[in-house]
Amino acid sequence: MSTIEVTLLTGRTIDQGTTKEHGKLSDEYRENVAICEMDPNDLKELDVKENSNIRVSTKHGSVIVKVKESKRAPHPKIAYMPYSLWVNIIVNPQTHGTGMPSFKGIAAEIQAAPTEKVPSIPQLLKQTFRKE
Amino acid sequence: MPVIKNVTCPICGTLCDDLDVTVKKNVIIDVKNACAVSEAKFMSFSNPEHRNLKPLIRKKGELTEVSFDEAVKKSAQILADASYPILYGWSCTSCEAIRVGVEIAEEVGGVIDNTSTVCHGPSILSIQNVGIPTCTLGQIRHRADLIIYWASDPYSAHPRHMERYTAFSEGRFQESGWEHYVARLRGILGKKRLSRASERVLMEEVSLPAIAGKKLPPEFETKKRKLIVVDVRKTRSAELADFFIQVEPNRDFELIQALRLLVRDEELEVDKVAGVPVELLEGVADAMVRCDFGVLFFGVGLTMSSGKQQNIDAAIALTRDLNYRTKFAIMPMRGHFNVAGANVVSTWQTGYPFAVDFSQGYPRYNPGETSVVDILCRDEANAGLIIASDPVSNFPKEAVQNLVKNPLIVIDPVISPTTMMADVVFPSAFVGIEAEGTAYRMDRVPLPMKKLVNPPPTCLSDKEILQRILRQVRKIKQRRKA
Repeated sequence: MSTIEVTLLTGRTIDQGTTKEHGKLSDEYRENVAICEMDPNDLKELDVKENSNIRVSTKHGSVIVKVKESKRAPHPKIAYMPYSLWVNIIVNPQTHGTGMPSFKGIAAEIQAAPTEKVPSIPQLLKQTFRKE
Repeated sequence: MPVIKNVTCPICGTLCDDLDVTVKKNVIIDVKNACAVSEAKFMSFSNPEHRNLKPLIRKKGELTEVSFDEAVKKSAQILADASYPILYGWSCTSCEAIRVGVEIAEEVGGVIDNTSTVCHGPSILSIQNVGIPTCTLGQIRHRADLIIYWASDPYSAHPRHMERYTAFSEGRFQESGWEHYVARLRGILGKKRLSRASERVLMEEVSLPAIAGKKLPPEFETKKRKLIVVDVRKTRSAELADFFIQVEPNRDFELIQALRLLVRDEELEVDKVAGVPVELLEGVADAMVRCDFGVLFFGVGLTMSSGKQQNIDAAIALTRDLNYRTKFAIMPMRGHFNVAGANVVSTWQTGYPFAVDFSQGYPRYNPGETSVVDILCRDEANAGLIIASDPVSNFPKEAVQNLVKNPLIVIDPVISPTTMMADVVFPSAFVGIEAEGTAYRMDRVPLPMKKLVNPPPTCLSDKEILQRILRQVRKIKQRRKA
């Protein structure tokens, strides 16, 4: 299975902003934030179609999300994910003495994951942070 | 039906104060002048499916309904027993609640930090290093003729910022660029239609000119109020701009320093900087120097990528350089509606704007050491109080793992991943909808937040909940002393 190396950016989108007001446990929120926007040429290189599942991995972890063809292209080898629990479990916690983790410009790898499912928030919480 | 006029919006740091909200029998049925995010909040905040409506305590692994007094007692006990608790959030509540939060932090010898630590914390560090030539948004609305958004996408994060204060606002001395934008959009759509028709006839792809070219477009010279967007992607805001500059990720520092050289009439002996042709940068530097009043708004694209506070140092230094040639201001695009207020209250109460540590009995400030993410990653805290924030969603995994393994108190109107991992949950009223208070706009202008409807009877205001916890903490401390 092919893998491509990208620079991962995280940030706000208008859909993330509106759907979080409808509830973070809503399907609408998950559909709009558990996604990764990629350049159309990168999608071709990875041989995946829009809305299929991909695994985004950094040295801090990996997560399954849906892939979207970016409407903000061209941005070759730059992947964009909206702020959310899904992406923040794989960002770089290093603050370099400023208090601010590195939420943007993170080295990441992306693979197709057709047989895996995008986890829900309760599933993600259970598998990442167990509460005794 | 009663329409409440001039309501202040509890969403982002733009703090629009011109909303008209229609209320019927304690229910909001309409909101006018709101952006998409604001409308979504006003129309769905009361949905019981995503709301905390009862105080909860975790018992045998499950969150169980309890009385308010029991939740207060449990919280006070957790805070009084902890040797190094963290008190975090504060940017989506009122200044009055934040003031009580600082009292609790001092009483329990904890660390009080607000969301600017993962937002514009590096900007604050930089402002403390370099200073900041800034102004109010009213000045910009009426006078600014060059507006630059750098690493910021106001369309998504501050949807009415352009309409109220910058490119699309009608100022006393500056015209709105809206009509010009609509005309340009019509032109682009016409070209697209032409391109599609040509493709059908010629059976081959006809490419459209990109927004980001090698030179500023000729109409840029003649336009009175100009808008430039600098970002790593062609964001929705970039589509609204007169010109978009696409910088390579993590290379903003180089680009800003290159502009500083050009503004000082130095020459660059390279063809490109951070992926941007020098010829184009020369045009941008020229436009900056020739404007009457320019403003540089910067977003967290600068604070969160490589360089962090160094990027802001450079941006402020560029603004300072420009002030030798013309008038220029700079302003961070603050995110949550009262994040600026959290800094203001923290500063007037403790002397420091965020990351304040009371563990020695007096306020200490050393971001990188006393900032919440660093404390959590070093696994030093042993309890947490989170208010009006969702760090389980917003912090890196390593920090969250150490946050949730300790006793965790959460005060929040809505169900979030953080409330789901809490040991005590307080249902609270939404500030600016169900509770009044004060908030500071991104330019540090304070505005009143109105109470529009009554909260559910089980939801108290943040200020009231915190006051009850503080009273109980003091009782426990007095008992221990006795």
